[in-house]
Amino acid sequence: MDRLLEFTKNGIYCSQARVFIDPWHPADRAIITHAHSDHARVGSKFYLAHKKTVPVLKYRLGNDINAEGIEYNSPTLINGVRISLHPAGHIPGSAQVRLEYKGEVAVVSGDYKLEYDGFTEAFEPVKCNTFVTESTFGLPVYKWKSQDEIFNEINNWWKRNKDNGIASVLCGYSLGKAQRILFNVDNSIGKIFGHGAVTAINEIMINEGAVLPKILKADSSVNKKDFEGSLIIAPPSAVGSSWLNKFGQYSIGFASGWMNIRGFKRRQSLDAGFALSDHADWTGLNEAVKETGAEKIFVTHGYTSVFVKWLKENGYDAEELYSKFESKYEGNEE
Amino acid sequence: MKHFADFYGALDSTNSSNDKIEIIKEYFSKAADDDKVWTLYLFSGGKIKKKFNTTQLREWAVEFANIPEWLFEESYNTVGDLAETISLILPESENLSDKTLTYWINFIEDINKIKEENRKDKIIEAWKSLNQKEIFVFNKLITGGFRVGVSQKTIVNALSGLENIEKNVIAHRLMGNRHPAKISYKELLSGENVKDEISKPYPFFLAFPLGNGPGELGNPEEWQAEWKWDGIRGQLIYRKGELFIWSRGEELVTEKFPEFEFVKNFLPDDIVFDGEIMCYADSSPLPFNLLQTRIGRKNITPKIMKEAPVIFMIYDVLEFEGKDIRTLALEERRKKISDIRTLILDSGFLKISDEIKFSDWEELKDIREKSREYLTEGIMLKRKNSAYQTGRKKGDWWKWKVDPFTIDAVMIYAQKGHGRRADLFTDYTFAVWDGDKLVSFTKAYSGLTDNEIKEVDTFVKRNTLEKFGPVRTVKPELVFEIAFEGIAESNRHKSGVALRFPRMLRWRKDKKIEDADSLESLKKLLKK
Repeated sequence: MDRLLEFTKNGIYCSQARVFIDPWHPADRAIITHAHSDHARVGSKFYLAHKKTVPVLKYRLGNDINAEGIEYNSPTLINGVRISLHPAGHIPGSAQVRLEYKGEVAVVSGDYKLEYDGFTEAFEPVKCNTFVTESTFGLPVYKWKSQDEIFNEINNWWKRNKDNGIASVLCGYSLGKAQRILFNVDNSIGKIFGHGAVTAINEIMINEGAVLPKILKADSSVNKKDFEGSLIIAPPSAVGSSWLNKFGQYSIGFASGWMNIRGFKRRQSLDAGFALSDHADWTGLNEAVKETGAEKIFVTHGYTSVFVKWLKENGYDAEELYSKFESKYEGNEE
Repeated sequence: MKHFADFYGALDSTNSSNDKIEIIKEYFSKAADDDKVWTLYLFSGGKIKKKFNTTQLREWAVEFANIPEWLFEESYNTVGDLAETISLILPESENLSDKTLTYWINFIEDINKIKEENRKDKIIEAWKSLNQKEIFVFNKLITGGFRVGVSQKTIVNALSGLENIEKNVIAHRLMGNRHPAKISYKELLSGENVKDEISKPYPFFLAFPLGNGPGELGNPEEWQAEWKWDGIRGQLIYRKGELFIWSRGEELVTEKFPEFEFVKNFLPDDIVFDGEIMCYADSSPLPFNLLQTRIGRKNITPKIMKEAPVIFMIYDVLEFEGKDIRTLALEERRKKISDIRTLILDSGFLKISDEIKFSDWEELKDIREKSREYLTEGIMLKRKNSAYQTGRKKGDWWKWKVDPFTIDAVMIYAQKGHGRRADLFTDYTFAVWDGDKLVSFTKAYSGLTDNEIKEVDTFVKRNTLEKFGPVRTVKPELVFEIAFEGIAESNRHKSGVALRFPRMLRWRKDKKIEDADSLESLKKLLKK
């Protein structure tokens, strides 16, 4: 077991600072890497996160939570442990947590991606002795195309649907993925609407200074005719739901790293799948691990055993971490 | 190939038949003629000959991708499709070429001609010049796993619209397995060569399942009832002194049944029968799995012919004295069969599926209850004035199957599925009680809803006792009602029985494992 970090039934714990990182159950003090539901849980007495994360945290966990927001790269001392947040590139405000005590440095990655998406703060490699990495896409079958290529596919799909007079419903996580899509898609093609879960997050982000096109909520106040040829950004739960009925004829797509695999796409009876992910692909995971220069790697969230075995074969001291949240295509890419 | 790979991808990502028709039209309006012929060949299940196996392909891919073998296996277990896994792990190509589908098929066929030690280099050369989607299709072609979710009907509709030819004419011209190298697109569609095509079968007319019984079919006098025989649907064609046997899978299977050659001595020339190929002896059908063992064999020896004797059970006649009589009423077609009844029966290898006499639906219902005694699957109902149509159509032909056997069983092993069920535990092994032990007796894959599959998947992950490669032993806890169509003795299975078409009828959440059935009660069904 590492000196700085312990791995408990409630997740990753630093006993020196007496803080949990993304704890699974209520804790006295929690540092939150980002506000997705498998990382930010309700009930802790105190939350510390990036300042962009705090408003979303309050929106999702309740306005009455006791939460403090800090900037990236601005260390704070907790019981002698120097703690700082660094951009993880996953969603706006997402952070890697760096902990330093008596010359020993540990970094907990949370979720991350290496490619800059134009909207989210770019991932920053952080040198450390111990690195805790995610492995959501820790298999060599996951290698992403560039964002430009994927958005080309999305734009072409939308254009084709528009030419056919039907709506395009594009599903992706309402926090992060939805805004990345909205920011990068070619909005000259047509009108864009959002599911309420998406527009709520948009507003929070715009309040925090994000530059996002203003879009209307796709509800009953919209004239049905206006949906024809439009793009509607929706959360994954929209797939197969009756909420879709209001759009008349539509094509339904899904933006997620899982869409790299044909079977996952076919299983959900989607019309289109776009392998647009906010996680590192196989190449990215390997590059990130290498960049940290860490002697010890802990692997969590995803293909943990595979990635550990691979790292060991490549000369790393690697170990598997149990995660309460087995990351899975239909549930949590968040 | 890029055009073809994109076309394949587009078809793959839509479930709407109308979309598929549009996509096919679009492709056929742009593709080169030789590519079109190959496409039609592949879409109707035609294969490309190749002389290397999937084990070799795996090895070559692992070597070229420079990853350890176990990592390839892990990847394959997740993706659930070999061709796709290889396409995803290979390094991205730097020198993309854009050759046609026909070019690559010739390329594959040429590999067969070169020395074995040089084949690897040729395959890698191909992988190096194709993009991921193309490699996927290429791999599907070389593994013989090329399949596409497009029915013959959809293709016929698309081509009929595009080429302005009537649907049934197109359907007929597309049947048969002419090698694309031997025919042009024009010849294929013009039907100029149909005269030479003496082996050509007619598209099959398929019955619809009769869900609610025959009550709504009206007057029983308008209907002909027959047994639903349990074999392989086929066509027996005798033209210009030659005999051909086609299976419903549109496969020419003449060589599997050499004994049918004998019927040439009895039949009038230029005749086509629709019927059922089945094993039969002493005026009774034999179990289906006997026929299955025979189909699996490459060489049909006298020993097999003796152990698995076959007959062709005639349902219908489609061509008589060289004339296509499919539009005549069923009654009239059946009359033509009875006119030559003696000839047919004298051949020894032909039988006629006789009409079941009944006066009302209630009586027929009682007769249907006896289906199993006669080793049949139930009853067929055909409207007496119906034409022989194409494909599966509602209205004139119905199949009224007997209810399946059912048994409550405990799930004891689970394995991940393939295709759209990749990375989910969907393939299960079931057991029944033999004393105080659970003994496995069947596997089943189908019957659960997507939500139930997810639930079972979670159960398997949380309740794994042991892992053997891809198979997990799970805590015996879940009980399912297994339905099946038939049961036979088998020494291949621990339980001593083999089931026909087993599937999960329902998840019995209300039952505990103690409530599952016993091997004894399963074996009782053997006698039925």
